[in-house]
This record gives sequence, structure tokens and C-alpha cells, in this order.
Amino acid sequence: MLELEAVRKSFGAIEALKGIDLLVARQELVFIIGPSGSGKSTLLRCCNRLEEPTAGRVLVDGVDIVSPDVDINEMRRHIGMVFQSFNLYPHLSALGNVTLALRRVLKMPRDEANERGRAALDGVGLAERADAYPNELSGGQQQRVAIARALALEPKVMLFDEPTSALDPELVGSVLDVMRTMRESGMTMLVVSHEMGFAREAADRVLFMDEGEVVEAGSPARIFESPEHARTREFLRRVTGH
Amino acid sequence: MGGVALRLEALSRAREAADVEALIYNFFNLEVLLKVHPLLLKGFWMTIQLCILVVPLGIAGGLVVAVAYSFHVRWLNWLLIAYVDFFRSFPPLVLLILVFYGLPFLGIEVPSLIAVLIAFLLNTASYYGEIFRAGIESIGRGQREAARSTGLNGIQTMVFVVLPQAVRNVLPDLISNTLEVMKFTALASVVALPELLRMGRVAQGLTYNPTPLIAVALIYLALLWPIVRLLSRLERRTMAKR
Ligand SMILES: Nc1ncnc2c1ncn2[C@@H]1O[C@H](COP(=O)(O)OP(=O)(O)OP(=O)(O)O)[C@@H](O)[C@H]1O
Ligand SMILES: [Mg+2]
Repeated sequence: MLELEAVRKSFGAIEALKGIDLLVARQELVFIIGPSGSGKSTLLRCCNRLEEPTAGRVLVDGVDIVSPDVDINEMRRHIGMVFQSFNLYPHLSALGNVTLALRRVLKMPRDEANERGRAALDGVGLAERADAYPNELSGGQQQRVAIARALALEPKVMLFDEPTSALDPELVGSVLDVMRTMRESGMTMLVVSHEMGFAREAADRVLFMDEGEVVEAGSPARIFESPEHARTREFLRRVTGH
Repeated sequence: MGGVALRLEALSRAREAADVEALIYNFFNLEVLLKVHPLLLKGFWMTIQLCILVVPLGIAGGLVVAVAYSFHVRWLNWLLIAYVDFFRSFPPLVLLILVFYGLPFLGIEVPSLIAVLIAFLLNTASYYGEIFRAGIESIGRGQREAARSTGLNGIQTMVFVVLPQAVRNVLPDLISNTLEVMKFTALASVVALPELLRMGRVAQGLTYNPTPLIAVALIYLALLWPIVRLLSRLERRTMAKR
């Protein structure tokens, strides 16, 4: 479904990604953990070319999206992305946020877009807040609107960059619930997050990244119970606080 | 004794009355106004038409400048900055006279209206361009990234996500500049365009009486004052929001 082959990314002298190989199978949930600056966001952003990889290939359903003759806008609607800071459009209502791409990219007529938009909002439990503006919503609600915005395009894969890091602790659960539902409905997901409990329970595989490399990967049980590398152990000890 | 004082007082009162009379005759002469009011109306109409041409033209030019700038192509930005700096430091009156009296020497005969439009476009687009640029730069990167991640192309992102927010952020500056542009239309009188000021001066010449100029001033006031009110209300609202 989503495949990275020897993906590298440099910012000037900084090598943020030093050759990443990764295969996310259909309906798989792959979780990425790692210290700050290890390249997690850069990796995700290479998956929809918000960041242009310096080298390597990124295949979505067999199509290399890095290739210059691919229509990147057409590819991006198949690759949903959820940001740490939500990035909702403040001048549009929740429904407006969800339907913008439906209308402008999929060229849906207004009624059809609204119908699909409302269904997407309903899917994240916000049907009755469709007309609210982002500044009238809590952080958790905003993030769920952002998820609905991506889901409405019926993507093949969803990328999450620390979707709960900007939320108050009591609001994290609502977003994780939505992600859990998505997983159960068979969405392919690549998630960067510090929610280790969620990883343990929902992830098929966990990748530990450090300094632009995947240090080790395996089932949540293996990574969390018996990490092989000292760097992984060190990181886990720091984040779990013991 | 008393008689002299009385006569002096009567005299000074008579002189005052004569002063008031002279004031009314020279500056608020209804008879003159009645005679020349078709001229003034014609001038007023021309000024309105000028505003209707010049303001949207300047806004369109400014938008082109600012949007072109936002693509951050180095040589293009260099050119745009040069353009904006040049015309912001070039007095619009000098520019207008240069266009109107200078171009004929290059064998290009320009009617005064065209000369005015060219000079105003060059001048006002640079100001509007700076305002729009500030507006566009006030919108965080996350907004664009969210839009692009749903498949919107660069232009759609600009039109549907960035500009609506950018314009809202700089609305007071836009209105304030529009006010200036409307006042500047009086400059067109130097190239014999029959706008309000020009017609006022023609009327003054015909009647040997400055009343038409007072009328002109009052008409400008009536035209612009509501905009000034609107602006200060907007400014107060933005202050309150901060
Ligand atoms: N646009 C950029 N320009 C220059 N350097 C960048 C840019 N984006 C990321 N980097 C660098 O690339 C490296 C990886 O950054 P990245 O944001 O991917 O880390 P991360 O694992 O997501 O960290 P965090 O957990 O703090 O979000 C860092 O050294 C960062 O400074
Ligand atoms: Mg990050």
C-alpha cells in the first residue's frame, strides 16, 4: 500500500533521513516512535511530498509519487494527513473545512459535498457541530474535524503526525477513539505519536527511529517488552519515566 | 459723547455685516452654485467613474504582485521588490505628468484617461501589493500544508484558504489605502481630465468666484467621510479583538 525505498532527506548539511525502507501493508497500523529531531515528521511529510525527498522512492499503491510526471495533487487526495496543530481553516465552518476539497478537488456539486461532509463529521461524532467555526470548538473537536476533512476524501492511507500532542489530557481519548474506529474499519495508518498505551493496544508494528534511521521495528510487545537496542531501551525508559 | 459711541458701534456693525455678506458672496454664493452645478455634477460623476476604474485595477494589480511574490522565486521576487520600492518612492503626480507629457515624445500619444489609468495602476498596485503581501505572510505555513495535503493545487490554496484570511487580516489597511487612492484621483485634474476638482476650477474661472471650490471640498468630504467612519469602526474592532 505505502512503500518507502531508501528515502533520504537533507536540509542543507542536516541529514534528517538517512535511507528509510518501510512497507505499510493494506489495513496495517504502523506506529513510529523516537526522540525529538529524529526525523519522524520529515518521514511522514515525505509520504505526501510536503517534503521533497532528496533521494529514494515513495510508492502509494505501486505509483511512485516522487516521480516528476506524477500528478501530485491527484495522488495527495488518496493520502490523508492529520497535523499536530490541526490546521483547520479558521474562516470556514466545520462543514466548510470538510467540503472544501470535495468541491474543489473532486468537483462535487454543493449538495453532494455537503452530504458526504456531514457523513464524515458524523463518523467522528460531530454531526451536530457542522456549522460551528474552529474557534468555537475544543481542541479535541477540532482535531476530529481535521480527521473528518481527510477521511471525506476516502484516502487509501492516513498519516498522523502527533495528533494528540497539542491536546489537554482529558481530550486525548476522544481523538484516540476515532482512530481506533478507523483502524477497525480497515484504514491503513502510519502514526507518529507518544501515546504508548495506544500503540500497545492498536498497532500492528512499532518502529523506533533515531537520528534519521529506523533503529528497530517489531510488534508492540516485542519493542516495548524486549527492545534489542540500547538506544530504544534508553528512549523507552525516558518516556515511560522508569 | 454717547452719540459718537453709538455711531461707531453702528459703523462697526455695518462693517461686520458687510464682511459676512462678502464671505457669503465669495464662498457660499448660491447663485453661482446654481449656475455651475451641471459642471460640478459632471465632475463628480467623472470622479466616481475614475474611482470605479482605478480602485479595482489597483487591487487586481496588487494581488498579482503579492501572489507572484508568495511563490518565492528568487529572481521574480527581486524584480517585484524593485518594482514596489520604485513606485512607492516615486511621487504619483510626477509619474502622471511623466506619462502624459513624456510618452508623446516616444511617439505614443495617450489620452488623458489612459495616462491616468497607467500612472495610477503603477502607483497603487505597488501599495496594494505591499498590503496583500503582509496579509499573505501573516498566514501560517500549516494552512497551506493542510490545503495541499487534501489535493488543492497552489492557486486553489491561495484563493480558497490563504487570501480570505489574508484579506481579513489587512482589511483596515486596504480600506485606508483605498481612501488615499480616491483622494489621489484629484491629481487627474493636471492632465485636464474633467473630474471633480478640474470642473470646480473651470467653474471658478467662469464665475470669478471661489464658491465652486468650496462645493468641491464639501463633495469630497461627503464622499469620503463615510469610508473614514467605516475604517475607524473596523480599526476599533480589530483593537478590541487583540
Ligand atoms: N524545514 C526544515 N529546515 C531545516 N531543517 C529541518 C526542517 N525540518 C526538519 N529539519 C531538521 O530535520 C531533523 C528532523 O526533524 P523532524 O521534524 O522530522 O523531527 P521529529 O522526529 O518530528 O521531531 P519532533 O518529535 O520534535 O517533532 C531535525 O534536525 C530538524 O531540525
Ligand atoms: Mg515532529
